[in-house]
Amino acid sequence: MQLLREQDMTVGLVVVSHSAKVAEGTVDMVRQMVGDSVALAWAGGDPDGGLGTDVAKIVAAIEAVWSADGVAVLVDLGGAETNAEMAVEMLPEDKRERVTVCNAPIVEGAVIAATEASGGSTLDTVVRTAEELYA
Amino acid sequence: MTAPSKEALVRSVAEVVIAHADELTGLDQAIGDGDHGINLKRGFEAVLASLPESRDKSWPDLLKAIGMTLVMKVGGASGPLVGTFFLGLGKALPEVPTRQDLVAACARAVDGVKARGKSEFGQKTMIDVLVPVQAGLASGAGGAALKRIADEAAEATVPLRATRGRASFLGDRSIGHMDPGARSTALMIAAAADVLEPGS
Repeated sequence: MQLLREQDMTVGLVVVSHSAKVAEGTVDMVRQMVGDSVALAWAGGDPDGGLGTDVAKIVAAIEAVWSADGVAVLVDLGGAETNAEMAVEMLPEDKRERVTVCNAPIVEGAVIAATEASGGSTLDTVVRTAEELYA
Repeated sequence: MTAPSKEALVRSVAEVVIAHADELTGLDQAIGDGDHGINLKRGFEAVLASLPESRDKSWPDLLKAIGMTLVMKVGGASGPLVGTFFLGLGKALPEVPTRQDLVAACARAVDGVKARGKSEFGQKTMIDVLVPVQAGLASGAGGAALKRIADEAAEATVPLRATRGRASFLGDRSIGHMDPGARSTALMIAAAADVLEPGS
């Protein structure tokens, strides 16, 4: 049942940072909070492995945690946001509207979004909870 | 304008960016994260590498392919931003474009960049160059005039305080530096003008 819940009933979460270490470390912190109850993926670093973000990696991360309930994406600085929005537009049309890039701090936002998602909240609620950190 | 070789146009734009990579990175080190030249160089090297397959495409397909390569390879915000400009041109141009077609496609492409960057004219970005160049193109300016407009527009970002992009974190300290995106955009426009209107 746990697997079914993770794949079919919970909002997934993607963390996008310029730094692979920040992205992976953020997911580690989230995992400590929610265990395996939320599908998590990260994308960090430019296509050559330096600091930056990579649209292809972000698309792959979204697909990896895809759930019909949607996917929340947490980003750090400007380029991560721009590249995440570009990645969303490259998804098939039926998936696009179920993915939201959150305007929230990356670490705190990811932890609180995942905690909210683990309780079975909708994408809108998960995103709003994360974005309240900047409100 | 003469009918230019597609390959010559792509090479001219890509090579000028690659040749100025260090200068662009230097501008970005002053007010950003110092990767603008490196990132665009990576993207345009990929564009050059794909020329053997892409040079025989129609103008719309070639421009869309360049845009997508930049989106996928650049690794910074400039990838989606410059890529969106090329994608916008490709989507709007017919197979055999006239100057009027170029004016309309350029307007659409500039709107696309504004939407992608959530930015407007005057925020110390590449849009500060695109907007006056588009206006010049629409009012009939030739290659030499467009180059001058682009150069002056990039120069005009120097006294501005950045309100968008990484440079905006610096607040008043962004004043006194040319925006790297404005500079790279002006370089690309000049390179395109040189091919579209030789001797301009």
